[in-house]
Amino acid sequence: MNPEARFGSILFDPPLDRGERDDPSMLSDLNLDQVFAAVVAGRDEHDLMPFFRAPLRDVRAVEYRHEVQRDLEDEAVSQAVTEFADGMREGRKHLVQLAKLRHRYQKEQWFLDATSVYCQAVVALNDALAVTGLRSRGFLAFRQHLTEYTGSPAFASLVADIATMKRLLDEVRYCVNIKGNRVKVTSYEGEDNYGAEVQKTFAKFAENEVKDYHIGFRSWPEMNHVEEHILELVARLFPEVFQALDEFCARHERYIDKTIRTFDREVQFYVAYRDFIAPMKAAGLEFCYPAVSAGSKKLTIGKSFDLALAAKLMPDASAVVRNDLHLAGPERIIVVTGPNHGGKTTFARTFGQLHYLASLGLPVPAAEASLFLPDRVFTHFEREEDLATLRGKFEDELVRIRGVLDEATGDSVLVMNESFASTTLRDALFVGERVLGQMTGLGLLGVYVTFVDELASLNEACVSMVAMVVPDNPAMRTYELVRKPADGLAYAAAIAGKYGLTYRQLKERLAS
Amino acid sequence: MKAFLMYPDRDSYLGQDLPPNEADLAGDLELDIVLRAMADGDQFLFDVARLGLHSCITGPEEIVYRQRVLADCIAQPAVVRDLYDVAIEAVTAEKKVLGWIWRDSPETIVHRTRQLLEFYLDAFRQLRGVADTHAASFRSEGCTRFFAMLSKELGDEYLAEIEAHIGELAFRRGTLLSAALGKGNKGTGYLVRRQPEQNWRDRIPGMNKNGYSFYVAERDETGWRTLSDLTSRGLNGAANALAQSTDHIKAFFQMLRAELGFYLGCLNLRDRLLATGQQVCFPEPAGPPTRAEDARLTARGLYDASLALSLDEARAVGNDVDADGKQVIMITGANHGGKSTFLRSVGLAQLMMQAGMFVPAESFTASMSTGVFTHFKREEDATMEKGKLDEELDRMSTIAGRISAGGLLLCNESFASTNEREGSEIARQIIRALTEAGIRIVFVTHMYDLAGRYYAEHDPAALFLRAERRADGQRTFRVPPGEPLPTSYGEDLYQQVFGTADTEARV
Repeated sequence: MNPEARFGSILFDPPLDRGERDDPSMLSDLNLDQVFAAVVAGRDEHDLMPFFRAPLRDVRAVEYRHEVQRDLEDEAVSQAVTEFADGMREGRKHLVQLAKLRHRYQKEQWFLDATSVYCQAVVALNDALAVTGLRSRGFLAFRQHLTEYTGSPAFASLVADIATMKRLLDEVRYCVNIKGNRVKVTSYEGEDNYGAEVQKTFAKFAENEVKDYHIGFRSWPEMNHVEEHILELVARLFPEVFQALDEFCARHERYIDKTIRTFDREVQFYVAYRDFIAPMKAAGLEFCYPAVSAGSKKLTIGKSFDLALAAKLMPDASAVVRNDLHLAGPERIIVVTGPNHGGKTTFARTFGQLHYLASLGLPVPAAEASLFLPDRVFTHFEREEDLATLRGKFEDELVRIRGVLDEATGDSVLVMNESFASTTLRDALFVGERVLGQMTGLGLLGVYVTFVDELASLNEACVSMVAMVVPDNPAMRTYELVRKPADGLAYAAAIAGKYGLTYRQLKERLAS
Repeated sequence: MKAFLMYPDRDSYLGQDLPPNEADLAGDLELDIVLRAMADGDQFLFDVARLGLHSCITGPEEIVYRQRVLADCIAQPAVVRDLYDVAIEAVTAEKKVLGWIWRDSPETIVHRTRQLLEFYLDAFRQLRGVADTHAASFRSEGCTRFFAMLSKELGDEYLAEIEAHIGELAFRRGTLLSAALGKGNKGTGYLVRRQPEQNWRDRIPGMNKNGYSFYVAERDETGWRTLSDLTSRGLNGAANALAQSTDHIKAFFQMLRAELGFYLGCLNLRDRLLATGQQVCFPEPAGPPTRAEDARLTARGLYDASLALSLDEARAVGNDVDADGKQVIMITGANHGGKSTFLRSVGLAQLMMQAGMFVPAESFTASMSTGVFTHFKREEDATMEKGKLDEELDRMSTIAGRISAGGLLLCNESFASTNEREGSEIARQIIRALTEAGIRIVFVTHMYDLAGRYYAEHDPAALFLRAERRADGQRTFRVPPGEPLPTSYGEDLYQQVFGTADTEARV
């Protein structure tokens, strides 16, 4: 039975769900481009970025990944996968090195090592997974494949051939006698170690520890012509060993199993993300597997935070602001108002991040989360003026939101940040009312960050949240957002009070 | 190989740590004056003298062991100096061999150590020469054993073996390296092997060991470099063994130099003290007291060696002490009456005795101590943040953390920085606690509240000494037994210093 039929991928189930989409402005608006760049950093060989650009639409596919990651949380599974990955990497390095080498016997020995490293990694992974309590569909199927593969006669003969070949090479001992420019290669016949003789003579003086005079020699894989010449002569001294090596390489030219190669790459998607969030978890920030739904737009988010910002603030978790959020009944759009630099943009980004990460089947930056699985996440952020389009900023924003609204459906998520801030209050109110109207008309989920208080109570789909300041010191923000009616005046009064410019303060000061 | 000149069972003391309170001892007991006399201008001798002086041997047998070696040295000073010169010659051999080395390689190490071995071989032969000639005239166990060791360990056969190595290290028949196949079939584990004995067959081409040869072209720089690199790799272990061996040999000579250096220092000090007209004697060490009444301290003509070395003409005054069975010696009396000097002489003699040295006295017997500690009043320290009493208490606290049963504590005007009542009470409580813990104390004080009340208790384990003042007010600098008096003689001193100025002031 062909195992490929049962196990295809640790990432995708059903295998159909492999949509890949390029949405660079959305990812950069949400700062997820930074996050993913950091996640895949140092893992170029696995080419993981495409996986982060391919959100899932299917709840089952998301749950498939959740299950796999829960298995990976088992220390034993995690360690087995890590060691396997290390082994595979080591094997690849061997092949890279092999390609750079010149002499046949050198290449062949590097090849032998590569096969050996591969077999060890595969066997170790099989042994380790055999004794773990796997539960995910993905890992169970993979383990099945692994067991069948390592039990196959082909694999057994590879392992046996490697052992024989290594032993033969290990047993080779020879001597090189260098006198002037003459090099003579002979077999080794048990001549005494001269260093040991010297040590023996002077042992009586050895009372205390002294410095180590060994010189560190740099080693490199390449050989020059003299070394090659010596190796040729060694091969003449041991012809049967080197003939066996030639035969080994011919016999095992293709030694890596395709399914295992795929697993090696794909599992790194989870490992990379896990390693990225590990320091944040260690610092006390909570992540969770969100409950995702394809039907309900009821939303519960507890202690969510901006992943990109948190990663930068590490290891100081106390500086990371966490927000709660609930939407129920007809509520769809959160309208965020409040002072500048009050955490509004961060909140908006967090909202978008949670939905996008959820659709990648990854843990999200929140203590708890029940989310709707969107068909797409859209963003509309304030942009630098683009001279190439010859349009004004306001016009450009309108063109962009038009495009978004054309593509968005009732199952989309839309994050709007300081849209239409470049125009007058009147215009912003006018456009805002209409855009919000269309959004609520579609029934999509979204965040709308704005300075226009009136938008916060547009209709029953809108929920008002306000960025808070410290009551006694309005210049200081808490960066927390709470559900309450928008009231820009309250903040203005508070900030004025700090400078003694409220009405009463001014009256008193002017009276004296 | 050990010389065993300092300890009957232990190696040289070079690696030993100085006691943590060494700086206090040096300052309070003026040790540097004594050490400089031992060093005679040689920093190395100063250092080994200091280490030796702080040996703090607690076993009377070990002390006698050193005393006897020292007695031999006093009888044969020229032989000691000869041996010391051989050791110096060997220790400095490196300087003659060491060129300026840009980068060490196993090959240069082999080359250098081979030369060093030639020097060391020569030094071994000289040591043997001295041993063969003079061994018979030494009596002490330490010296006898040392010369026997030289004859045994540096026998003719052994010296010939070293000579053979020096020859072989020239590698006249090429360098024979063994190797195995490593990563990528590159040769690895290069190890230099002893060339097999040559026999008649080896001299006939084609008859010797089977193998394949090739030659590196004369102009092939890479090729030559590779041969040198392989040779270096192969020699790495042997070079390390050689360098470590020469280090060990050098360490042997350093140890020898240090041990001989201590005795040489003692010879220097003895010469200086005898030149001042003073006497020295080997003390009789008594075991550490198990009970207070077993404590021994009896001396005749005990003087302060530091003072004796500092005085140009006058001789330091010697004191007699009979303090057997005493745990506390409390010293009172006139200012500048010799109290501090006496205190120092007790401390210094104790240290010298426990270093196996002679002591500055006509005779001296004392119990071993587990450590000598000093708590002397200090000049105000400019950098001090704490008050003077805080500083004193802090120092005493440090001492209390280090001292143990059998320790000897020397206090000089301790706790005089506060008022007498308070100072006395602090001192009383400390003295009581320490003596009950089996520590002996010599306490110089002006505080009558402390000394007088203590005297009134008639403690049989306490001895009271008082700096002497004759009827005419002259000080003798002797400190004979005497009860504390309620006043000191500050008035005298005042008059001596101010003289008529005082009377004028009254006019």
